[in-house]
Amino acid sequence: MTAATPVPHTAAETGGKPPVPPAPHPVRPGTAALRRSLTRALPLTPAVALLLLFLAGPIAYCVFIAFTDLQLTGQATSSFVGLENFRRAFADEAFLNAVWLTLVFTVVSSLIGQNTLGLALASLMRRASKPVRTLTGGVVITAWVLPEVVAGFLLYAFFRREGTLNAVLDLLHLPRQNWLFTLPILAVSFANVWRGTAFSMLVYSAALDEIPREVTEAAEVDGAGGWRRMWHITLPMIRRSIATNLMLNTLQTLSVFGLIWVMTRGGPSGRSQTLPLFMYEQAFQNSMIGYATAVALLLLLIGSLFSVVYLRLLRTEV
Amino acid sequence: MARTPAVRRTSRRLAADAGLLVLAVAFALPLIWVVLSALDPHADLRVKVPDGITLDNFDAIWTDEITFTPLLNSLLLCGGATLLTVVCAALAAYPLSRFRSRLNRPFLLTVLFATSLPVTAVMVPVYALFVRVNLIDTMQGTILFFAASQLPFAIWLMKNFMDGVPVELKEAAWTDGASSLQSLVRIVLPLMGPGVAVVTVFAFVMMWGNFFVPFMLLLTPDRMPASVSINEFFGNRGMVAYGQLAAFSIVYSTPVVLLYVLIARRLGGGFALGGAVKG
Repeated sequence: MTAATPVPHTAAETGGKPPVPPAPHPVRPGTAALRRSLTRALPLTPAVALLLLFLAGPIAYCVFIAFTDLQLTGQATSSFVGLENFRRAFADEAFLNAVWLTLVFTVVSSLIGQNTLGLALASLMRRASKPVRTLTGGVVITAWVLPEVVAGFLLYAFFRREGTLNAVLDLLHLPRQNWLFTLPILAVSFANVWRGTAFSMLVYSAALDEIPREVTEAAEVDGAGGWRRMWHITLPMIRRSIATNLMLNTLQTLSVFGLIWVMTRGGPSGRSQTLPLFMYEQAFQNSMIGYATAVALLLLLIGSLFSVVYLRLLRTEV
Repeated sequence: MARTPAVRRTSRRLAADAGLLVLAVAFALPLIWVVLSALDPHADLRVKVPDGITLDNFDAIWTDEITFTPLLNSLLLCGGATLLTVVCAALAAYPLSRFRSRLNRPFLLTVLFATSLPVTAVMVPVYALFVRVNLIDTMQGTILFFAASQLPFAIWLMKNFMDGVPVELKEAAWTDGASSLQSLVRIVLPLMGPGVAVVTVFAFVMMWGNFFVPFMLLLTPDRMPASVSINEFFGNRGMVAYGQLAAFSIVYSTPVVLLYVLIARRLGGGFALGGAVKG
């Protein structure tokens, strides 16, 4: 994996465990030691082979065909076109639209929705009575465990014009909407919040459990109210968990496909088409594999960037 | 002070309960819809009291075409890929956990890096590659890709669980003259039973719910797993048979929900998985 190579160096320089003390060298560290290391590494081979062939291979291939004009229509050869695909992407309004929608989708559903709601759930659960806690946890986690496509159908039904959300709005005498038509990107964002919040809830519950009780009690005695305690004590103490959670949520959200596909197919007229759906349409409806792969490469680069940041956050733990 | 701390604590608990219940109801509405609609002879898109309770919806989907073939395909794909993932991950985790080597750290960092790559992004090149090497529309190709995509996380989890096995026990096995493979199979794996269970269930659940990978790599309808076929049967029929769709959703989701409950119980609450993901 090409993009991975700089990581170990930076991480090794900046921290983590002290270097392994050098083993007492035999006089000739030649064949015997080499054979021993090879025998020891033998069990790694199936995993490494699988990863190289089916993960690193496609990524390398991705880098290669992103610079060609490969098409699905079975033309015999494809030619190298340099940066043409990328130039084309940044002049393509549909692409820019997809970038914008991906941004909205990520910010609304991951940064704001899942993250805040997960934290709210986790902190409410610490104070609530046990039956309520168990019930809420169960419901939220069920939403998370359900297969992606099922979640898509359930929320499609929920947001449809004749669906549950409008029924509830009628009950409250609020104006109804055809959500999947007027605000499709918000509907799919809320769907992603519904499906993904459990993860944040679990991460934050674990993090809040680690805050020593004396700290919060001391603040309480000093007369700090709920919000101030949250802002000045809780949040700073769990900041590592917040960073980890944001990173993982964002990565998961960037690759959502099935949920949006089932709910809106990216429509109406591209108004919920995030980058993965745009990529799919270019590859299979427009047969532009080369162009779609260039988009995939951009997505992969954004993902790797987040990945590297995530590694830095975890660097002490490897 | 007008209120004693005890009263204040009670009122605070009531407020938290109320807040949680509101959120729980909001999260539960779509779930209530699927359960009620599956039992309703005249299901539509909103949550309502069923017009009588019936199992007709389940009867209607109880056919080879709609239920059995897709679920069997899912089982074959996810079972095969999970087996491959767990075996490869256990083998790989063993030297990483047992020996100290200069290469461990770079290797683990690469693995960790790969766990967070968006797999969705590589699917178009994987499709192009599979067309070229004739693996497109084959079960084995899809199984191999599934296994490779789950492997980084499985290796990472497995290595962490293996580190938890006391080193004295491993050493006792070596001094008794057990080979590496023997000590892995006889001593280490049995001791980390819950860990292996978590890796297995997690990989299986992730693949069972995955839509995009089989959607891209398989073409023949007979080979489609439930995650794709549900979309073909109900999505393309103009969404009329809501009751049947709900019934199928329940049949298809039940195994993963049960598996999750199984490992959550085993690890003392659902929080262990969150902790494991955190590293």
